[in-house]
Amino acid sequence: MPDYTLRLRRYDPSSGQAPYWEDFTVDLEGHRSVLEGILQARGDTDGTIGIRCSCRAAICGSCGVRINGRPGLACHTHLDEALGRDHSGEGVIEVEPMGNMPVIKDLIVDMDAVHWKKIRRVTPWLLGREPIPEREYIVPHENMVDVTQTMACIQCGACVSDCLSMEVDPLFIGPAALAKAYRFVGDPRDAEPFERLKDLAEDKHGIYDCTHCFNCIEACPKGVAPLSQIMRLRRRAGSDFEIEDRNNGLRHEHAFVENIRRNGLLHEADLLPDSYGGKFHPRAVPELVSSLPVVLKALQRRKVTPAKALLHQHKAEPAVKKIYDIVEGRDQRLELNLYVAGDEADLADAPAVEETA
Amino acid sequence: MPAHDVLIIGAGLAGQRAALAAADAGASVAIVSKVHPVRSHSVAAAGGINAALNPEDSWESHAFDTVKGSDYLGDQDAIEVMCREAPEEILHLEHMGVTFHRSPTGTLGTRAFGGASQARTYYVADITGQAILHVLYEQLMRYHERVDRFEEWFTTDLLQDQQGACVGAVCRNVRDGRLEVFDAKSTILASGGAGQAFRPTTNALICTGDGIAQAYRIGAPLMDMEMIQYHPTTLAENGFLITEGARGEGAQLFNAQGERFMERYAPNKLELASRDVVSRAEQTEINEGRGFPDGTVSLDITKVPRRRTLEALREIVNIGRDFAGVDITRQPIKIKPGCHYIMGGVKTDVDGQTPIAGLYAAGEVACVSVHGGNRLGANSLLDTLIFGRRSGQHAAHRSNQLPMPSTPDSRVAETQAGIDAILARPPGGRRISDIKTELGETMNSYVAVFRDAAGLETAHEVVRRLKEEAAVAQIDDKGTVFNQDVLGAIELGYMLDVAESIVVAAKERKESRGAQYRTDFPERNDEEWLKHIDVARNGDETPHVSYSPVTITQWQPQERTY
Repeated sequence: MPDYTLRLRRYDPSSGQAPYWEDFTVDLEGHRSVLEGILQARGDTDGTIGIRCSCRAAICGSCGVRINGRPGLACHTHLDEALGRDHSGEGVIEVEPMGNMPVIKDLIVDMDAVHWKKIRRVTPWLLGREPIPEREYIVPHENMVDVTQTMACIQCGACVSDCLSMEVDPLFIGPAALAKAYRFVGDPRDAEPFERLKDLAEDKHGIYDCTHCFNCIEACPKGVAPLSQIMRLRRRAGSDFEIEDRNNGLRHEHAFVENIRRNGLLHEADLLPDSYGGKFHPRAVPELVSSLPVVLKALQRRKVTPAKALLHQHKAEPAVKKIYDIVEGRDQRLELNLYVAGDEADLADAPAVEETA
Repeated sequence: MPAHDVLIIGAGLAGQRAALAAADAGASVAIVSKVHPVRSHSVAAAGGINAALNPEDSWESHAFDTVKGSDYLGDQDAIEVMCREAPEEILHLEHMGVTFHRSPTGTLGTRAFGGASQARTYYVADITGQAILHVLYEQLMRYHERVDRFEEWFTTDLLQDQQGACVGAVCRNVRDGRLEVFDAKSTILASGGAGQAFRPTTNALICTGDGIAQAYRIGAPLMDMEMIQYHPTTLAENGFLITEGARGEGAQLFNAQGERFMERYAPNKLELASRDVVSRAEQTEINEGRGFPDGTVSLDITKVPRRRTLEALREIVNIGRDFAGVDITRQPIKIKPGCHYIMGGVKTDVDGQTPIAGLYAAGEVACVSVHGGNRLGANSLLDTLIFGRRSGQHAAHRSNQLPMPSTPDSRVAETQAGIDAILARPPGGRRISDIKTELGETMNSYVAVFRDAAGLETAHEVVRRLKEEAAVAQIDDKGTVFNQDVLGAIELGYMLDVAESIVVAAKERKESRGAQYRTDFPERNDEEWLKHIDVARNGDETPHVSYSPVTITQWQPQERTY
């Protein structure tokens, strides 16, 4: 069997020493998991290696780590796949604790201090509609299948680990907790979807604090796609409940849509004023003034030029308009969902599961 | 020093359900778990939960299926309680927020499951355990003022007063190594099964029989310990579970010759016979040379429409892809029987009370006995919730009439001395992982689907030797923060105690019933063996065997065919 070198980030808080890297050689086949590698190192060589783990099968969510720079479950990452990500040229598999959370020991982070605190922020229990029926709530099958995608979250923290918005704003409620929020907003049995959405839209660190970097979608081992759930929360808040938030999130989103409808490509110079109701809207003036440093920076970096900003000529192609017509002409919004797979006929020719995951 | 009316050890479904029930009954509650509650192994329960909730179904039918599934070793009074209360529990879960999948009319949907005469398994795709566990944890967060959670606290000992009643536990905070006495008027063990004593197993690494061994060590009898369920569909390489829900949805089993062999073993129920029957059939095919060279047969899930598989069996699509390199929607997957569940455990009554005053047990750690010789699929979630709730309620009411016990803090010194002794072991002992591997492989060789006296004797000898080796096993970690090495040494001790009681009970039962198939006693023998085997310590280290009667209410033993 081949040898793999695991380079583990070690940290013992009682030692008074800084964290350091330590290499272990393990003897396993390439399709075995990084967790099995770590457990072999712990079992055969060094019983002090710290990692949380339990199910070994990507169900319990214990073993979230970063492997060669990417967050994920150690049990869900094959050794050869992990090695394939190695860009150091040294042929090692680097395993370190998840980001955005304090480290307790070795690969173990304090999830309570960050992840669970954020989960508790979103009132994470069903507020059942009254009156409570004698038997079950009668609700469409499709809704229950729909929220199964967020129920499938195993609270491993991989999305939290690499959330860029949280790195900038540690108070951001974050991908896992907002996905959890959708689990209630999308549940027709919940009595307070409006209050939940209002709360999350008005919170400065809520649904409009996400910058769509897609890291959470890449990180999630269960296909929960937290960003998609955040976008769905926004669509429910904006389109269904028309919640105009004080963070200007909804207007900013509308500005994006209109900007591209008009220009085909994003015209950044218009985006900011449009988000506040146009260049001459009273609300826009103080915002524009306060945004001056950003504008200056953009000018300095030639992201915008005065000429382009003022004398913009770009016109949207007819093809762009067609996209808008198709999307807006639909009776219903189409929402992507892992558990909703389309018709049997569509599936016959669909790619193999390996490719869709 | 924490002091509560009710202390619950373990935070899977049984423990969390007990905590909520005890709090609702007005008790002060602490719930202690060696892992964060949502990491508990209940999370891995896939297929669903049984209840006779449809108007055309009846609790009697569910109870009879369970009695028959148990090979008449289950106690029928307890089975009646469980099946009668099942529908109400499902509705309670639904109102609490469990996202059960629906029928086309929006009512709760069902799927077929093994050993059942009706489709009465309620489900959330194939993550039913996860969905219920997470919803219960949502409720625990909601109950944060009424239930104190101690997450990542490892229980080392149960405490007893002068009269022998259980009055709490000593637990170690995994994060900093600190020991605490947890005083409690009543203590509920809900710490799950012991599958890690076998290798491979579907069970998580945390399933080390802690509660079974802790109760056993203070004199509580264990019952039905010989009854180890081998699940018919596990992956050969790592033992991972492919849910019975797959067969419930229509997947079929084939041997290497392409023959649907269940036609010969269970002509009526085929793949949906009881688990012991299907596992035995598979193992027979494999042993007689009709399996694949790697000792497997194949499960063909392509019989299930692809859309349905992607919607309702998503998790095993992932497991197949990620852990076996197989797209189960396109090709069969190779499987074999694997250790999955222990029907036995700490002996309790229908309120979860053990013979030790103040000590309760619920869930896989317990043996009520509702599963007898063989548990039906989707009855284990039900068991955890019904008897978790009943234990919580009973313990809360019992606590009303009692003063708060107080074990002196100095008691921790005794536990600390034990831990210090582990830390002070001289180097040179065998490695813990090495002993654990030998234990697991031994149990899987001799205490599996087919057993005989010689093999069981071999297993017993190995276990006794491993106990001696475990007492001096090598310890690397001397620290206090997340010292998983020292906890691993304690867990190994628990596993060995449990393994010994399993082997002793299996040696004792000289017949074949349910999961216990003795090639040297291949027939069921109701005259001599329609009784439970209890294993207990009587103040020494040796397991002592006694018997207790099986309760029969309305279903006399019959020949069991599927």
